[in-house]
Amino acid sequence: MSALISVNNLTRHYGDFCAVDDISFALAAGDILGFLGPNGAGKSSTMQMLTGNLAPTFGEIQINGVDLLENPKTAKAALGYLPENPPLYKDMTVLEYLEFCGRLHLISKQQLAAACDSAINRCGLSDVRQRLIRNLSKGYQQRVGIAQAILHSPPVIILDEPTVGLDPIQILEIRDLIKTLGENHGIILCTHILPEVQAVCNRVQIINQGRLVYSANMEDMLNTENMQYEITLSNVSDADTLSQDSTFTSAERISEHGFLVASDVAADKLIEHIVQQQWGLTKFTEHKTSLEQMFIELTLADNKSDDALMDGAA
Amino acid sequence: MILTIAKREFLSMFLSPLAWVILAVIQVILAWSFFTSIDVFFSIQSDLTTMKNAPGVTDLIATPLFEVASIVLLMVTPLLTMRLISEEKRNKTISLLYSAPVSIADIVLGKYIGLLFFVFTLIAMISLMPLSLAMGTTLDYSKLFSGVLGLFLALAAFSAAGLFMSSLTDNPMIAAISTFGLLLLLWMINLSTETAGSVFSYLSLHVHFTALLRGILNSRDIAYFVLFIVGFIVLTIRQLETQRLQS
Repeated sequence: MSALISVNNLTRHYGDFCAVDDISFALAAGDILGFLGPNGAGKSSTMQMLTGNLAPTFGEIQINGVDLLENPKTAKAALGYLPENPPLYKDMTVLEYLEFCGRLHLISKQQLAAACDSAINRCGLSDVRQRLIRNLSKGYQQRVGIAQAILHSPPVIILDEPTVGLDPIQILEIRDLIKTLGENHGIILCTHILPEVQAVCNRVQIINQGRLVYSANMEDMLNTENMQYEITLSNVSDADTLSQDSTFTSAERISEHGFLVASDVAADKLIEHIVQQQWGLTKFTEHKTSLEQMFIELTLADNKSDDALMDGAA
Repeated sequence: MILTIAKREFLSMFLSPLAWVILAVIQVILAWSFFTSIDVFFSIQSDLTTMKNAPGVTDLIATPLFEVASIVLLMVTPLLTMRLISEEKRNKTISLLYSAPVSIADIVLGKYIGLLFFVFTLIAMISLMPLSLAMGTTLDYSKLFSGVLGLFLALAAFSAAGLFMSSLTDNPMIAAISTFGLLLLLWMINLSTETAGSVFSYLSLHVHFTALLRGILNSRDIAYFVLFIVGFIVLTIRQLETQRLQS
Protein backbone atom coordinates (compact mmCIF):
# COMPACT_ATOMS: atom_id res chain seq x y z
CA MET A 1 0.00 0.00 0.00
CA SER A 2 1.34 3.41 -0.87
CA ALA A 3 1.96 5.92 1.88
CA LEU A 4 -0.58 8.65 2.59
CA ILE A 5 2.14 11.18 3.00
CA SER A 6 5.65 10.84 1.79
CA VAL A 7 8.12 13.62 2.34
CA ASN A 8 11.55 13.65 0.80
CA ASN A 9 14.44 15.97 1.67
CA LEU A 10 12.13 18.75 2.75
CA THR A 11 14.10 21.92 3.43
CA ARG A 12 13.03 25.43 4.28
CA HIS A 13 15.16 28.53 4.74
CA TYR A 14 14.06 31.90 6.09
CA GLY A 15 16.84 34.04 4.71
CA ASP A 16 20.02 32.52 6.18
CA PHE A 17 18.14 30.71 8.91
CA CYS A 18 17.40 27.09 8.14
CA ALA A 19 14.11 26.22 9.88
CA VAL A 20 13.64 22.76 8.40
CA ASP A 21 16.68 20.83 7.28
CA ASP A 22 16.40 17.85 4.96
CA ILE A 23 13.48 15.99 6.57
CA SER A 24 12.14 12.77 5.10
CA PHE A 25 9.36 10.59 6.45
CA ALA A 26 6.22 8.70 5.49
CA LEU A 27 2.79 8.21 6.96
CA ALA A 28 0.69 5.12 6.30
CA ALA A 29 -3.07 4.68 6.72
CA GLY A 30 -3.94 3.83 10.32
CA ASP A 31 -0.89 5.64 11.64
CA ILE A 32 -1.18 8.30 14.30
CA LEU A 33 2.13 10.03 14.14
CA GLY A 34 3.19 12.19 17.05
CA PHE A 35 5.36 15.04 15.87
CA LEU A 36 7.37 16.38 18.77
CA GLY A 37 9.87 19.13 19.20
CA PRO A 38 10.79 22.05 21.44
CA ASN A 39 9.64 25.56 20.55
CA GLY A 40 11.12 26.82 17.32
CA ALA A 41 12.24 23.37 16.22
CA GLY A 42 10.44 23.64 12.90
CA LYS A 43 7.26 21.71 13.73
CA SER A 44 4.83 24.32 12.53
CA SER A 45 6.91 25.19 9.48
CA THR A 46 6.85 21.53 8.47
CA MET A 47 3.08 21.34 8.96
CA GLN A 48 2.58 24.54 6.97
CA MET A 49 4.60 23.10 4.11
CA LEU A 50 2.66 19.82 4.19
CA THR A 51 -0.60 21.77 3.85
CA GLY A 52 0.51 24.18 1.16
CA ASN A 53 0.58 27.25 3.40
CA LEU A 54 4.29 27.63 2.90
CA ALA A 55 6.39 26.79 -0.13
CA PRO A 56 9.43 24.61 0.60
CA THR A 57 12.86 25.87 -0.43
CA PHE A 58 13.72 22.38 -1.54
CA GLY A 59 12.21 18.91 -1.40
CA GLU A 60 9.23 16.85 -2.42
CA ILE A 61 5.85 16.27 -0.74
CA GLN A 62 3.38 13.64 -1.88
CA ILE A 63 -0.08 13.41 -0.38
CA ASN A 64 -2.07 10.31 -1.17
CA GLY A 65 0.31 9.71 -4.08
CA VAL A 66 -0.17 13.19 -5.58
CA ASP A 67 2.64 15.72 -5.68
CA LEU A 68 1.63 18.77 -3.66
CA LEU A 69 3.80 21.19 -5.58
CA GLU A 70 2.87 20.04 -9.09
CA ASN A 71 -0.77 19.28 -8.48
CA PRO A 72 -1.81 21.28 -5.43
CA LYS A 73 -5.59 21.17 -5.89
CA THR A 74 -5.84 17.38 -6.08
CA ALA A 75 -3.33 16.89 -3.29
CA LYS A 76 -5.04 19.34 -0.94
CA ALA A 77 -8.41 17.66 -1.46
CA ALA A 78 -7.04 14.73 0.55
CA LEU A 79 -6.08 16.94 3.46
CA GLY A 80 -7.70 18.22 6.64
CA TYR A 81 -5.69 20.73 8.62
CA LEU A 82 -6.12 22.36 11.99
CA PRO A 83 -3.44 25.03 12.31
CA GLU A 84 -2.07 26.30 15.61
CA ASN A 85 -4.63 29.11 15.57
CA PRO A 86 -7.96 27.66 14.43
CA PRO A 87 -8.88 29.54 11.22
CA LEU A 88 -12.39 30.58 12.24
CA TYR A 89 -14.56 33.30 10.73
CA LYS A 90 -15.87 34.55 14.02
CA ASP A 91 -18.87 36.42 12.67
CA MET A 92 -20.44 33.23 11.31
CA THR A 93 -22.41 30.62 13.21
CA VAL A 94 -20.89 27.16 13.67
CA LEU A 95 -23.19 25.64 11.07
CA GLU A 96 -22.67 28.42 8.51
CA TYR A 97 -18.93 28.13 8.96
CA LEU A 98 -18.89 24.36 8.53
CA GLU A 99 -21.11 24.60 5.46
CA PHE A 100 -18.68 27.09 3.96
CA CYS A 101 -15.74 24.79 4.71
CA GLY A 102 -17.65 21.89 3.17
CA ARG A 103 -18.30 23.79 -0.05
CA LEU A 104 -14.67 24.88 -0.10
CA HIS A 105 -13.69 21.20 0.07
CA LEU A 106 -16.03 20.33 -2.81
CA ILE A 107 -18.59 18.36 -0.82
CA SER A 108 -21.67 18.00 -3.00
CA LYS A 109 -24.89 19.75 -1.98
CA GLN A 110 -26.67 16.48 -1.16
CA GLN A 111 -23.93 15.33 1.21
CA LEU A 112 -23.21 18.68 2.80
CA ALA A 113 -25.87 18.55 5.52
CA ALA A 114 -24.97 14.99 6.48
CA ALA A 115 -21.25 15.78 6.60
CA CYS A 116 -21.85 18.83 8.81
CA ASP A 117 -24.11 16.84 11.14
CA SER A 118 -21.60 14.08 11.52
CA ALA A 119 -18.72 16.48 12.24
CA ILE A 120 -20.88 18.42 14.72
CA ASN A 121 -21.82 15.24 16.57
CA ARG A 122 -18.32 13.86 16.63
CA CYS A 123 -16.92 17.06 18.09
CA GLY A 124 -19.78 17.56 20.55
CA LEU A 125 -21.01 20.80 19.03
CA SER A 126 -24.74 19.98 18.81
CA ASP A 127 -25.70 22.52 21.48
CA VAL A 128 -23.89 25.42 19.86
CA ARG A 129 -24.51 24.83 16.16
CA GLN A 130 -26.58 28.02 15.75
CA ARG A 131 -24.34 30.24 17.85
CA LEU A 132 -21.83 32.75 16.60
CA ILE A 133 -18.29 31.40 16.78
CA ARG A 134 -17.20 34.72 18.32
CA ASN A 135 -19.32 34.00 21.41
CA LEU A 136 -18.01 30.49 22.01
CA SER A 137 -15.39 29.65 24.63
CA LYS A 138 -11.85 28.81 23.58
CA GLY A 139 -12.49 25.11 24.02
CA TYR A 140 -15.54 25.15 21.78
CA GLN A 141 -13.72 27.23 19.19
CA GLN A 142 -10.95 24.65 19.22
CA ARG A 143 -13.55 21.94 18.64
CA VAL A 144 -15.01 23.86 15.71
CA GLY A 145 -11.46 23.92 14.32
CA ILE A 146 -11.23 20.14 14.66
CA ALA A 147 -14.69 19.71 13.11
CA GLN A 148 -13.51 21.73 10.14
CA ALA A 149 -10.48 19.46 9.69
CA ILE A 150 -12.47 16.20 9.71
CA LEU A 151 -15.56 17.50 7.91
CA HIS A 152 -14.78 16.15 4.46
CA SER A 153 -13.30 12.93 5.97
CA PRO A 154 -9.94 13.40 4.28
CA PRO A 155 -7.45 10.51 4.17
CA VAL A 156 -4.86 12.70 5.89
CA ILE A 157 -5.58 14.81 8.96
CA ILE A 158 -2.99 17.17 10.35
CA LEU A 159 -3.68 18.57 13.80
CA ASP A 160 -1.39 21.22 15.25
CA GLU A 161 -1.83 21.23 19.04
CA PRO A 162 -5.50 20.21 19.00
CA THR A 163 -6.05 20.08 22.77
CA VAL A 164 -4.86 23.59 23.63
CA GLY A 165 -7.44 25.40 25.73
CA LEU A 166 -9.61 22.37 26.41
CA ASP A 167 -10.63 21.20 29.88
CA PRO A 168 -9.45 17.74 31.06
CA ILE A 169 -12.69 16.00 30.12
CA GLN A 170 -12.70 17.54 26.67
CA ILE A 171 -9.06 16.55 26.25
CA LEU A 172 -9.98 12.92 26.91
CA GLU A 173 -12.90 13.18 24.46
CA ILE A 174 -10.71 14.65 21.75
CA ARG A 175 -8.05 12.00 22.33
CA ASP A 176 -10.68 9.31 21.94
CA LEU A 177 -11.89 11.03 18.79
CA ILE A 178 -8.35 11.11 17.39
CA LYS A 179 -7.93 7.42 18.19
CA THR A 180 -11.19 6.54 16.42
CA LEU A 181 -10.24 8.67 13.43
CA GLY A 182 -6.85 6.96 13.34
CA GLU A 183 -8.50 3.68 12.47
CA ASN A 184 -9.28 4.76 8.90
CA HIS A 185 -7.26 7.94 8.44
CA GLY A 186 -3.62 8.87 8.66
CA ILE A 187 -3.10 11.48 11.35
CA ILE A 188 -0.22 13.73 12.21
CA LEU A 189 -0.47 15.12 15.71
CA CYS A 190 1.81 18.01 16.34
CA THR A 191 2.22 18.82 20.00
CA HIS A 192 4.60 19.35 22.85
CA ILE A 193 2.41 17.60 25.39
CA LEU A 194 4.30 14.34 25.81
CA PRO A 195 1.67 12.31 27.69
CA GLU A 196 -0.72 13.07 24.85
CA VAL A 197 1.63 11.46 22.37
CA GLN A 198 2.04 8.47 24.67
CA ALA A 199 -1.72 8.14 25.05
CA VAL A 200 -2.73 8.50 21.44
CA CYS A 201 0.04 7.90 18.94
CA ASN A 202 1.48 4.69 17.61
CA ARG A 203 4.48 6.37 16.05
CA VAL A 204 6.63 9.19 17.26
CA GLN A 205 9.07 11.56 15.62
CA ILE A 206 11.19 14.15 17.35
CA ILE A 207 12.44 17.17 15.49
CA ASN A 208 15.10 19.48 16.86
CA GLN A 209 16.65 22.51 15.22
CA GLY A 210 15.08 21.59 11.91
CA ARG A 211 16.43 18.06 11.86
CA LEU A 212 14.62 14.81 12.44
CA VAL A 213 16.51 13.33 15.38
CA TYR A 214 14.30 10.39 16.30
CA SER A 215 11.67 8.25 14.64
CA ALA A 216 10.21 5.02 15.96
CA ASN A 217 7.08 3.03 16.62
CA MET A 218 5.71 3.70 20.05
CA GLU A 219 5.78 0.02 21.06
CA ASP A 220 9.37 -0.43 19.97
CA MET A 221 10.37 2.64 21.86
CA LEU A 222 8.76 1.56 25.10
CA ASN A 223 10.11 -1.96 24.84
CA THR A 224 13.68 -1.07 24.08
CA GLU A 225 13.86 0.91 27.27
CA ASN A 226 14.30 -0.96 30.51
CA MET A 227 11.17 -0.43 32.54
CA GLN A 228 11.78 2.09 35.26
CA TYR A 229 10.01 2.25 38.60
CA GLU A 230 9.85 4.74 41.39
CA ILE A 231 9.92 2.95 44.73
CA THR A 232 9.90 4.10 48.31
CA LEU A 233 11.65 1.82 50.79
CA SER A 234 11.36 2.86 54.45
CA ASN A 235 14.24 0.60 55.58
CA VAL A 236 16.78 1.62 52.95
CA SER A 237 18.50 4.98 52.78
CA ASP A 238 21.31 4.59 50.24
CA ALA A 239 21.40 3.37 46.69
CA ASP A 240 24.35 1.01 47.15
CA THR A 241 22.17 -1.66 48.74
CA LEU A 242 20.10 -1.71 45.59
CA SER A 243 22.98 -1.38 43.13
CA GLN A 244 24.60 -4.51 44.61
CA ASP A 245 21.40 -6.44 43.94
CA SER A 246 21.66 -7.99 40.50
CA THR A 247 17.90 -7.77 39.91
CA PHE A 248 18.26 -4.08 39.18
CA THR A 249 20.15 -2.83 36.16
CA SER A 250 20.46 0.59 37.73
CA ALA A 251 19.44 2.35 40.92
CA GLU A 252 19.43 5.98 41.81
CA ARG A 253 18.39 7.77 44.99
CA ILE A 254 15.93 10.56 44.29
CA SER A 255 14.73 11.41 47.81
CA GLU A 256 15.45 10.27 51.38
CA HIS A 257 13.84 6.87 50.94
CA GLY A 258 12.82 7.17 47.31
CA PHE A 259 14.68 5.44 44.52
CA LEU A 260 14.47 5.30 40.78
CA VAL A 261 15.34 1.81 39.64
CA ALA A 262 15.45 0.06 36.29
CA SER A 263 14.95 -3.62 35.80
CA ASP A 264 14.17 -6.09 33.06
CA VAL A 265 12.24 -8.31 35.48
CA ALA A 266 8.44 -8.16 35.24
CA ALA A 267 6.76 -5.90 37.76
CA ASP A 268 5.03 -8.61 39.85
CA LYS A 269 8.25 -10.62 40.22
CA LEU A 270 10.08 -7.45 41.11
CA ILE A 271 7.64 -6.60 43.90
CA GLU A 272 7.89 -10.14 45.21
CA HIS A 273 11.65 -9.81 45.25
CA ILE A 274 11.58 -6.47 47.07
CA VAL A 275 9.14 -7.76 49.68
CA GLN A 276 11.35 -10.78 50.30
CA GLN A 277 14.29 -8.49 51.01
CA GLN A 278 12.18 -6.81 53.74
CA TRP A 279 13.16 -3.32 52.65
CA GLY A 280 9.84 -1.91 53.81
CA LEU A 281 8.21 -1.22 50.45
CA THR A 282 5.61 1.56 50.80
CA LYS A 283 5.28 2.81 47.25
CA PHE A 284 5.77 1.29 43.85
CA THR A 285 4.97 3.18 40.66
CA GLU A 286 5.86 2.74 37.06
CA HIS A 287 8.14 5.54 35.95
CA LYS A 288 6.33 6.71 32.84
CA THR A 289 8.64 9.43 31.68
CA SER A 290 10.64 7.41 29.21
CA LEU A 291 9.42 9.52 26.28
CA GLU A 292 10.06 12.67 28.23
CA GLN A 293 13.57 11.53 29.08
CA MET A 294 14.28 10.66 25.52
CA PHE A 295 12.91 14.01 24.40
CA ILE A 296 15.11 15.90 26.84
CA GLU A 297 18.17 13.83 26.05
CA LEU A 298 17.76 14.22 22.30
CA THR A 299 16.98 17.90 22.27
CA LEU A 300 19.41 18.94 24.96
CA ALA A 301 22.24 16.79 23.66
CA ASP A 302 22.07 18.57 20.34
CA ASN A 303 22.02 22.01 21.88
CA LYS A 304 24.95 21.10 24.09
CA SER A 305 27.08 19.82 21.26
CA ASP A 306 26.38 23.07 19.44
CA ASP A 307 27.38 25.06 22.50
CA ALA A 308 30.57 23.01 22.71
CA LEU A 309 31.35 23.88 19.11
CA MET A 310 30.75 27.54 19.84
CA ASP A 311 33.06 27.40 22.83
CA GLY A 312 35.70 25.70 20.72
CA ALA A 313 35.43 28.43 18.10
CA ALA A 314 35.72 31.15 20.72
CA MET B 1 -15.41 27.52 -6.04
CA ILE B 2 -14.73 31.18 -6.81
CA LEU B 3 -18.42 31.86 -6.21
CA THR B 4 -18.35 30.10 -2.81
CA ILE B 5 -15.63 32.48 -1.67
CA ALA B 6 -17.36 35.45 -3.31
CA LYS B 7 -20.65 34.66 -1.61
CA ARG B 8 -19.06 34.37 1.82
CA GLU B 9 -17.20 37.62 1.27
CA PHE B 10 -20.34 39.45 0.23
CA LEU B 11 -22.47 38.10 3.08
CA SER B 12 -19.78 38.70 5.67
CA MET B 13 -19.80 42.40 4.81
CA PHE B 14 -23.39 42.58 5.93
CA LEU B 15 -22.59 40.73 9.15
CA SER B 16 -20.66 43.74 10.38
CA PRO B 17 -22.29 47.15 10.70
CA LEU B 18 -19.66 48.62 8.36
CA ALA B 19 -21.49 47.79 5.13
CA TRP B 20 -24.81 49.07 6.43
CA VAL B 21 -23.27 52.28 7.72
CA ILE B 22 -21.46 52.88 4.45
CA LEU B 23 -24.60 52.28 2.39
CA ALA B 24 -26.61 54.60 4.64
CA VAL B 25 -24.05 57.42 4.75
CA ILE B 26 -23.51 57.35 0.99
CA GLN B 27 -27.23 57.35 0.36
CA VAL B 28 -27.81 60.36 2.61
CA ILE B 29 -24.97 62.42 1.13
CA LEU B 30 -25.91 61.61 -2.45
CA ALA B 31 -29.60 62.21 -1.84
CA TRP B 32 -28.72 65.68 -0.58
CA SER B 33 -26.58 66.33 -3.65
CA PHE B 34 -29.38 65.01 -5.89
CA PHE B 35 -31.86 67.31 -4.18
CA THR B 36 -29.58 70.32 -4.66
CA SER B 37 -29.19 69.54 -8.38
CA ILE B 38 -32.95 69.41 -8.80
CA ASP B 39 -33.22 72.74 -7.04
CA VAL B 40 -30.66 74.29 -9.39
CA PHE B 41 -32.47 72.79 -12.36
CA PHE B 42 -35.76 74.41 -11.35
CA SER B 43 -34.17 77.80 -10.83
CA ILE B 44 -32.59 77.87 -14.29
CA GLN B 45 -35.39 76.04 -16.09
CA SER B 46 -36.82 79.20 -17.65
CA ASP B 47 -33.42 80.20 -19.05
CA LEU B 48 -32.96 76.77 -20.54
CA THR B 49 -36.03 77.05 -22.73
CA THR B 50 -34.50 80.05 -24.54
CA MET B 51 -31.18 78.32 -25.09
CA LYS B 52 -30.10 76.51 -28.23
CA ASN B 53 -28.79 72.98 -27.54
CA ALA B 54 -29.66 73.36 -23.90
CA PRO B 55 -28.40 70.61 -21.57
CA GLY B 56 -31.13 68.17 -20.58
CA VAL B 57 -32.27 66.82 -17.24
CA THR B 58 -29.74 63.97 -17.41
CA ASP B 59 -26.82 66.38 -17.92
CA LEU B 60 -27.90 68.68 -15.17
CA ILE B 61 -28.91 66.14 -12.55
CA ALA B 62 -27.55 62.64 -13.22
CA THR B 63 -24.06 63.68 -14.32
CA PRO B 64 -23.32 65.88 -11.29
CA LEU B 65 -24.73 63.15 -9.04
CA PHE B 66 -22.33 60.56 -10.47
CA GLU B 67 -19.48 63.02 -10.18
CA VAL B 68 -20.14 63.54 -6.48
CA ALA B 69 -20.63 59.79 -6.07
CA SER B 70 -17.24 59.07 -7.62
CA ILE B 71 -15.50 61.39 -5.17
CA VAL B 72 -17.36 60.07 -2.12
CA LEU B 73 -16.62 56.51 -3.17
CA LEU B 74 -12.97 57.33 -3.77
CA MET B 75 -12.84 57.94 -0.05
CA VAL B 76 -15.10 55.05 0.97
CA THR B 77 -13.80 52.18 -1.21
CA PRO B 78 -10.54 51.89 0.77
CA LEU B 79 -12.67 51.18 3.84
CA LEU B 80 -14.39 48.35 2.01
CA THR B 81 -11.24 46.81 0.58
CA MET B 82 -8.92 47.21 3.54
CA ARG B 83 -9.91 44.05 5.34
CA LEU B 84 -10.22 41.75 2.30
CA ILE B 85 -6.89 39.99 2.67
CA SER B 86 -5.10 41.78 5.48
CA GLU B 87 -7.67 40.76 8.08
CA GLU B 88 -7.49 37.14 7.00
CA LYS B 89 -3.75 37.28 7.36
CA ARG B 90 -3.98 38.91 10.77
CA ASN B 91 -6.56 36.40 12.07
CA LYS B 92 -4.70 33.54 10.35
CA THR B 93 -7.94 32.46 8.69
CA ILE B 94 -6.13 32.62 5.36
CA SER B 95 -4.64 29.19 6.11
CA LEU B 96 -8.13 27.69 5.79
CA LEU B 97 -8.19 28.88 2.18
CA TYR B 98 -4.56 27.94 1.51
CA SER B 99 -5.02 24.37 2.71
CA ALA B 100 -8.33 23.89 0.87
CA PRO B 101 -8.28 22.60 -2.70
CA VAL B 102 -8.39 26.10 -4.23
CA SER B 103 -5.67 28.04 -5.99
CA ILE B 104 -4.51 31.49 -4.99
CA ALA B 105 -6.09 32.86 -8.17
CA ASP B 106 -9.45 31.41 -7.02
CA ILE B 107 -9.08 33.07 -3.63
CA VAL B 108 -8.21 36.48 -5.09
CA LEU B 109 -10.91 36.36 -7.77
CA GLY B 110 -13.46 35.14 -5.25
CA LYS B 111 -12.76 38.02 -2.95
CA TYR B 112 -12.81 40.51 -5.81
CA ILE B 113 -16.10 39.24 -7.18
CA GLY B 114 -17.61 39.28 -3.70
CA LEU B 115 -16.69 42.93 -3.48
CA LEU B 116 -18.14 43.60 -6.94
CA PHE B 117 -21.49 42.25 -5.68
CA PHE B 118 -21.38 44.99 -3.07
CA VAL B 119 -20.45 47.54 -5.71
CA PHE B 120 -23.48 46.45 -7.75
CA THR B 121 -25.70 47.01 -4.73
CA LEU B 122 -24.21 50.42 -4.18
CA ILE B 123 -24.61 51.49 -7.81
CA ALA B 124 -28.14 50.13 -8.00
CA MET B 125 -29.10 52.28 -5.03
CA ILE B 126 -27.43 55.37 -6.48
CA SER B 127 -28.97 54.89 -9.94
CA LEU B 128 -32.44 54.68 -8.44
CA MET B 129 -32.32 58.41 -7.73
CA PRO B 130 -31.95 59.69 -11.33
CA LEU B 131 -34.22 56.86 -12.52
CA SER B 132 -36.99 58.16 -10.26
CA LEU B 133 -37.08 61.28 -12.45
CA ALA B 134 -38.48 59.11 -15.25
CA MET B 135 -41.83 59.41 -13.51
CA GLY B 136 -42.05 63.09 -14.43
CA THR B 137 -39.83 63.62 -17.44
CA THR B 138 -37.98 61.85 -20.23
CA LEU B 139 -34.41 60.80 -19.53
CA ASP B 140 -31.52 60.31 -21.90
CA TYR B 141 -31.11 56.61 -21.10
CA SER B 142 -28.00 56.11 -23.23
CA LYS B 143 -26.22 58.85 -21.39
CA LEU B 144 -27.44 57.51 -18.08
CA PHE B 145 -26.17 54.06 -19.01
CA SER B 146 -22.81 55.45 -19.98
CA GLY B 147 -22.61 57.26 -16.64
CA VAL B 148 -23.53 54.15 -14.66
CA LEU B 149 -20.98 52.15 -16.62
CA GLY B 150 -18.37 54.79 -15.89
CA LEU B 151 -19.17 54.74 -12.19
CA PHE B 152 -19.06 50.95 -12.16
CA LEU B 153 -15.71 50.79 -13.97
CA ALA B 154 -14.24 53.44 -11.68
CA LEU B 155 -15.44 51.58 -8.58
CA ALA B 156 -14.20 48.26 -9.94
CA ALA B 157 -10.82 49.89 -10.49
CA PHE B 158 -10.79 51.34 -6.96
CA SER B 159 -11.61 47.89 -5.61
CA ALA B 160 -8.84 46.18 -7.56
CA ALA B 161 -6.28 48.67 -6.29
CA GLY B 162 -7.63 48.27 -2.75
CA LEU B 163 -7.44 44.48 -3.00
CA PHE B 164 -3.79 44.71 -3.96
CA MET B 165 -2.96 47.10 -1.13
CA SER B 166 -4.73 44.78 1.27
CA SER B 167 -2.52 41.89 0.19
CA LEU B 168 0.63 43.85 1.02
CA THR B 169 0.06 44.21 4.75
CA ASP B 170 -1.67 42.53 7.64
CA ASN B 171 -2.83 45.84 9.05
CA PRO B 172 -6.18 46.99 7.60
CA MET B 173 -5.55 50.64 8.53
CA ILE B 174 -2.34 50.76 6.53
CA ALA B 175 -4.09 49.10 3.60
CA ALA B 176 -6.89 51.70 3.72
CA ILE B 177 -4.58 54.71 3.89
CA SER B 178 -2.27 53.52 1.13
CA THR B 179 -5.23 52.66 -1.11
CA PHE B 180 -6.68 56.11 -0.54
CA GLY B 181 -3.31 57.73 -1.30
CA LEU B 182 -2.83 55.76 -4.50
CA LEU B 183 -6.36 56.44 -5.75
CA LEU B 184 -6.24 60.13 -4.95
CA LEU B 185 -2.89 60.45 -6.70
CA LEU B 186 -4.19 58.68 -9.80
CA TRP B 187 -7.37 60.76 -9.67
CA MET B 188 -5.65 64.13 -9.73
CA ILE B 189 -2.38 63.28 -11.46
CA ASN B 190 -3.44 65.35 -14.48
CA LEU B 191 -4.26 68.53 -12.56
CA SER B 192 -1.23 70.48 -13.70
CA THR B 193 -2.03 72.30 -16.95
CA GLU B 194 1.29 71.37 -18.53
CA THR B 195 0.39 67.69 -18.42
CA ALA B 196 -2.60 67.93 -20.71
CA GLY B 197 -2.35 65.27 -23.39
CA SER B 198 0.80 63.82 -21.82
CA VAL B 199 1.25 60.45 -20.18
CA PHE B 200 -0.10 61.86 -16.91
CA SER B 201 -3.38 62.66 -18.49
CA TYR B 202 -3.57 59.13 -19.84
CA LEU B 203 -2.83 57.68 -16.39
CA SER B 204 -5.48 59.74 -14.67
CA LEU B 205 -8.57 57.89 -13.50
CA HIS B 206 -10.50 61.14 -13.61
CA VAL B 207 -9.93 61.82 -17.32
CA HIS B 208 -11.26 58.41 -18.33
CA PHE B 209 -14.16 58.62 -15.92
CA THR B 210 -15.36 62.03 -17.11
CA ALA B 211 -15.29 60.88 -20.73
CA LEU B 212 -17.75 58.10 -19.88
CA LEU B 213 -19.80 60.48 -17.78
CA ARG B 214 -20.25 62.82 -20.73
CA GLY B 215 -21.66 59.91 -22.68
CA ILE B 216 -18.58 59.20 -24.77
CA LEU B 217 -18.17 55.42 -24.94
CA ASN B 218 -14.59 55.24 -26.13
CA SER B 219 -12.81 51.87 -26.23
CA ARG B 220 -9.66 53.67 -25.02
CA ASP B 221 -11.30 54.53 -21.73
CA ILE B 222 -12.81 51.11 -21.26
CA ALA B 223 -9.50 49.46 -22.11
CA TYR B 224 -7.83 51.67 -19.50
CA PHE B 225 -10.16 50.47 -16.76
CA VAL B 226 -9.98 46.83 -17.82
CA LEU B 227 -6.17 46.94 -17.89
CA PHE B 228 -6.14 48.70 -14.54
CA ILE B 229 -8.35 46.02 -12.96
CA VAL B 230 -6.61 43.02 -14.53
CA GLY B 231 -3.22 44.49 -13.69
CA PHE B 232 -3.97 44.87 -9.99
CA ILE B 233 -5.58 41.44 -9.73
CA VAL B 234 -2.56 39.79 -11.33
CA LEU B 235 -0.28 41.77 -9.00
CA THR B 236 -2.30 40.55 -6.00
CA ILE B 237 -2.02 36.93 -7.08
CA ARG B 238 1.71 37.32 -7.64
CA GLN B 239 2.08 39.05 -4.30
CA LEU B 240 0.37 36.24 -2.36
CA GLU B 241 2.38 33.60 -4.17
CA THR B 242 5.61 35.39 -3.32
CA GLN B 243 4.56 35.69 0.31
CA ARG B 244 4.06 31.95 0.49
CA LEU B 245 7.67 31.57 -0.60
CA GLN B 246 9.06 34.15 1.77
CA SER B 247 7.01 34.30 4.94
